[in-house]
Amino acid sequence: MRKHKYNMIALTVSGVVSPFIMLFGLYVIFHGHYSPGGGFQGGTLLAAALLLIRLTAGFDIAQLQWKRILGTPLGSIGVLIYFGTGFLAMISGGEFLNYAFLPFAGITEAGLRSLGILMVEIGVGVAVMAILVAIYDDLLEGYLHD
Amino acid sequence: MKIVNWLLLFSFGALLIYASLGLPNRGDADVVMHREKSPAGSWGASSYYIRNAYRDAETPNMVTVVLADYRGYDTLGEETVILTAGLICYVLLRNIRNNRNEKNPRKAGADAQA
Repeated sequence: MRKHKYNMIALTVSGVVSPFIMLFGLYVIFHGHYSPGGGFQGGTLLAAALLLIRLTAGFDIAQLQWKRILGTPLGSIGVLIYFGTGFLAMISGGEFLNYAFLPFAGITEAGLRSLGILMVEIGVGVAVMAILVAIYDDLLEGYLHD
Repeated sequence: MKIVNWLLLFSFGALLIYASLGLPNRGDADVVMHREKSPAGSWGASSYYIRNAYRDAETPNMVTVVLADYRGYDTLGEETVILTAGLICYVLLRNIRNNRNEKNPRKAGADAQA
């Protein structure tokens, strides 16, 4: 295996910048109710923060941050969060994806819809982040990692 | 043959530009699609969303409400498309690379370093 030659400048800068990109991604997901953004955009930003470390530190070291094997299962879990939100509304008496029937007590109907939108956006964000990282890892599959 | 290709390209581009001249101006309130009612007199869906998005979901960003609540099925489909793309990348790339490794195992890293 060829030894990876680190570029200290790129490694340091990406190490500083990556957490802020991650934080901004979370902000875009959770602030999607009040500003432009949502699950797709926030998930892409989270994936960008992970891929930045993968590009600069090398594939093997980046495994400490995000294991390759996590990609596809977490993408499925994201879709399941979305589907489960709709299904939860269905088994508690409403239509599929009718968030007003979510079984949480003490919240008005409009508040329940707002909460349902948030749950759905989290599911979308998790799925998009995991799948984008998984596609990058699959493209590297079989090559010597350096 | 090449001349025909260029001719087709430019004539199609000219057709598209000619067609774009008939489009309404941006933000023109009098255009049919921006009116509250359709020409037949029924209320359009977009005016319903604009009027009732905050009342229904307590969310100021009505784009989010349309995306995740009114059009929830559509977004579920989009997410499934992304998952399917990821799974297909997993299946296809994993297979190709593994087959090549079995034939000549030492070749796999060679073209990565080249």
